[in-house]
Amino acid sequence: MRDITLGQFVAGDSFIHKLDPRTKIAMMILYIVMVFLVKEIWFLAIPFAYLVLELVLSKISLRYIVNSLKPIRFLLILMFILNLFFTKGEHVWLDLRFWKLTGEAVLQSFFLSIRIVLLVAGASMLTLTTSPIALTDGLEKLLSPLKFLHFPVHELAMMMTIALRFVPTLIDESEKIRNAQMSRGADFESGNIFKRVKSMIPILIPLFVSSFRKADDLAIAMESRCYHGGDGRTRMHQLKFRKEDVFAILVTLLFVASLIVILVLFK
Amino acid sequence: MSIVINHLTFAYTQGGKPLAPTLKDLSFTIEAGMFLGIIGHTGSGKSTFVKHLNGLLPSEKGAVVVDGHDLSQKNERKTVRSLVGMVFQYPEYQLFAETVYEDVAFGPRNMKLDEAEIKNRVTNAMQLVGLDPERFSSRSPFELSGGERRRAAIAGVLAMHPKYLVLDEPMAGLDPLGRREILALLEKLRTESGCTIIMISHSMDDIANHATNVLVLEKGSLFLYDTPQNVFCRAQELQEIGLSVPSITKICIEMNEKGIRIPTTICTEEAFLNWFREDMRHA
Repeated sequence: MRDITLGQFVAGDSFIHKLDPRTKIAMMILYIVMVFLVKEIWFLAIPFAYLVLELVLSKISLRYIVNSLKPIRFLLILMFILNLFFTKGEHVWLDLRFWKLTGEAVLQSFFLSIRIVLLVAGASMLTLTTSPIALTDGLEKLLSPLKFLHFPVHELAMMMTIALRFVPTLIDESEKIRNAQMSRGADFESGNIFKRVKSMIPILIPLFVSSFRKADDLAIAMESRCYHGGDGRTRMHQLKFRKEDVFAILVTLLFVASLIVILVLFK
Repeated sequence: MSIVINHLTFAYTQGGKPLAPTLKDLSFTIEAGMFLGIIGHTGSGKSTFVKHLNGLLPSEKGAVVVDGHDLSQKNERKTVRSLVGMVFQYPEYQLFAETVYEDVAFGPRNMKLDEAEIKNRVTNAMQLVGLDPERFSSRSPFELSGGERRRAAIAGVLAMHPKYLVLDEPMAGLDPLGRREILALLEKLRTESGCTIIMISHSMDDIANHATNVLVLEKGSLFLYDTPQNVFCRAQELQEIGLSVPSITKICIEMNEKGIRIPTTICTEEAFLNWFREDMRHA
């Protein structure tokens, strides 16, 4: 259970790490736009090049990206196979009477799979290089125009920060309770699915109870330090746009622009 | 009958890579009937060590053998878990059932005992910890006071009738009365049911007053394993590894510095009084 990594931030001080979180969010959105603009497999090379550039600049080992793809491997395989079966085409490679393998289907399968891989890898680049706190700070700033529509931007960001902060604490806590119940002879490893779900009750109830207690304690601790929401609140780490941020955005826009030019030219 | 620890070495892993070892080559024997006090600076491996006593942590290097059951065998662990009762820090946070009775019965139920025996054990355990079964059985554990909740949690372990009872700082956060009650309960268990007690504590006074043997851990290695007198007469060495001696021993040491000759091996008030009476008789 200890190996659960959420947000999976890898600390570092590369060019990408030092960018403003708002810049990185904008970069990711532009990157996703790029991926979705492409309708043919060959042109995915441009967002791919962009991703490689980002990866090299961030000095993050490829292993982390590969790990982030692990949870979607079954989805990928399933999608690949379904597209092989259900894409219609003219260039028949193999005829099995009830099903024809066509060149179009193979191409389409690869195209969709690579697109998903690129999307997930790009999103991981954001969470790998941005600490959860910086990420929520950036989101809060980016969403702040919504305040005029009475959307609780600050509260939402605060909730996200607190939730992320408590993930390791809750993992720790559940480990402790699990140990205690195992010492009392609880068995979490055998039996059918219903039995196993039922055996989780002695862990889940104490975990809920302690979460409520922690929430209560946290509320008191925040109030006794005069927390009163977002109005007029200053920050310890001010977000600041620097030359590098402008540069990164410009490079990203350049990629988008060249992609559009290429797409128009080759239509 | 004993717990034999043989060259036990253990390291936690992080991201698949082992960290620096938390336990280094521990070898000793815990005899049945002992009251073993475990002391050591924060991070010395006390809690990690006790998790090996019922197989919660696997013993990859070295062995832990409880009454002939080798814990490196996976199928032995279940047997050993009913032999070795485990009370963790703040055990009240493990309570989950709708009633105190059901919670105390959780352990015995897992041992697949019959209903009559379970009822018998639950009632006994509740009486032992001082929770009147008639008043508390049908109440929710979440509406009890802090002290009562802790006792209910301890009852849940006692109902399994462990031969060895391991407690990790059972008195943390309790008031003086609560501390005394828990210590009295442990003494009673040891003398009346012959239960072996293994207790981690930061209170040198409690250890000196109750333990028959003391294990001192220092950075995962065995530093001392001896009787309380033989451990606490080494005040200098204990101080060097961030520990202290019982307050009565401190007084004796200071009296010596002031020129009053008094043995510094004294570590309980009882021993102090005995010495004092002897000394008066000679004077």
